[in-house]
Amino acid sequence: MLPENLRSLDVGEVGAVVAAFDADAITGGRFDRNELTIEIASAKIVSVCGFLKYDQKFVRLSTVTGVDRYPAEPRFEVVYHLHSIERNQRLRVKCRLPGTDPVIESVTSVWRSANWYERETFDLFGIRFLNHPDLRRIMMPDDWDGHPLRKDYPITGSRI
Amino acid sequence: MPVELENEAQPQEQTRRRSMVLNMGPQHPSTHGVLRLLMELDGEIIVKCQPDIGYLHTGIEKEFEVKPYQQAVTLTDRVDYLAPLSNNLCYCLSVEKLLGMEIPPQAQWMRVMLTEFTRLNSHLVWLATHAIDIGAMSVFLYCFREREEILRIFEMFSGQRMMTSYFRIGGLALEPPRGWHQRVKKFIDVFPSRVDEYENLLTNNPIWIGRTQGVGFISLDDMLDLGVTGPMLRAAGLKIDARKSEPYSSYEKFDFEVPTRTENDVYSRYLVRVEEMRQSARIIRQAMDGMPDGPWKADSPHVVLPDREKMKTQMEALIYHFKIVTEGFRVPEGEVFQVIESPRGELGYYVVSDGTKMAYRVHMRTPSFGNLQSTPRMVEGTLIADVIAGIGSMDFVLGDTDR
Repeated sequence: MLPENLRSLDVGEVGAVVAAFDADAITGGRFDRNELTIEIASAKIVSVCGFLKYDQKFVRLSTVTGVDRYPAEPRFEVVYHLHSIERNQRLRVKCRLPGTDPVIESVTSVWRSANWYERETFDLFGIRFLNHPDLRRIMMPDDWDGHPLRKDYPITGSRI
Repeated sequence: MPVELENEAQPQEQTRRRSMVLNMGPQHPSTHGVLRLLMELDGEIIVKCQPDIGYLHTGIEKEFEVKPYQQAVTLTDRVDYLAPLSNNLCYCLSVEKLLGMEIPPQAQWMRVMLTEFTRLNSHLVWLATHAIDIGAMSVFLYCFREREEILRIFEMFSGQRMMTSYFRIGGLALEPPRGWHQRVKKFIDVFPSRVDEYENLLTNNPIWIGRTQGVGFISLDDMLDLGVTGPMLRAAGLKIDARKSEPYSSYEKFDFEVPTRTENDVYSRYLVRVEEMRQSARIIRQAMDGMPDGPWKADSPHVVLPDREKMKTQMEALIYHFKIVTEGFRVPEGEVFQVIESPRGELGYYVVSDGTKMAYRVHMRTPSFGNLQSTPRMVEGTLIADVIAGIGSMDFVLGDTDR
């Protein structure tokens, strides 16, 4: 059963199942253009993802990425796209992180494919993933300053 | 490489354990671009492998944020330069989903036909280069003969051989050219026999079998866990194809098979892709024969450029033309994740709109990135001679990986 404040949201069957698994985990959700998004408290990401993979058959993690909502706060969204082959269903899981020191637990323990995707998100957004086996830059050179996909990073210009 | 012993009396055990680090790439002919592999070797066995990517990172995702939606179509060509139309299609479908737009049947069928040509094009380049990596020179010449004809067909449609940008938000860029039917028919009539020619050269060739059979194995569970998609999964027995499971652009109206194998090695991936070429030819023939009549772009004057004729004779058309060209168009707020089956696997565009004329964020889930992540799992513990065959069977494009 969904928490009282979220009853009006249409989070579908999966959202209700996640709410039954951990009532504090879900912080929001939306069903829009035939795509389901559920928002998860960032502290619960690993346990919810484990539940979604092993119990709800979302065996594939399609991609992990970030969205920078600068200057709004909480500034960052970490977006996970999950895919269940058995149910032929896709699910978007989202966590919001603050602008200062954005940190979230890595889901590499659930899906190994998260490894490179989280490295990419770290590289381009500066979001740190705790307990990641190998958190290094992947696209930019190792000695690069800044995180290019942040909204306050300029699109052109040269370094002096 | 001869190992110089400092002391003859050195215990043999110690010399045997000595490992060396070999750097392959980024300028290695068989890495098809700029992939760098760092491999720790114990004799000829790979103990540890670490892929290093990012040499072709061009910041395309950042570029999307400062280009109007329609102009950004040209960026998608450059992501996967062997399958430009698949990327065009996926991007257009995702923006059309945000706009809630209906695409007329002729445009949809034309999109299917040309995307299948792209699949042929991509598989032909893959087969040519994969074969030349393993040592079969002549296959290269055969494959490029047909690829050249496909590029000419692309040129006929769009005026461009490779960076076509032929699909636009709302339909096609130009009216299909006069005489396309004969040109496509001429190609598709002979193509199946050309696939037979490639198979004659390779399928029962003892050297080819020796180099590819039983090589490059990864278990299906590992592949799913590591984010591998496309022909590699199908060669491991999993019948997964977004054209069947999540049909887009009226793929549900076409009759085709999804080929699978169970051997899960380089040879079976070759067989799967060859069979996919035959199936693509089937789809192209169906699209060509059953091509519906009617408009080739959506009736949506705010988004789609008016016909040239109307623009010169009608006031409203001229105003719309001016507005679209100078300002672009606004896309309602929201986010979508559109998935298609590209020649390499699952291609997804995640587009976030904040209601303005430029995308707030575009992320590409590219198949090469996911597939390449499984390299260490595939090559560790195998012989160095099999690395080329193994990574060749993944069919990655570095532009697609690094974006």
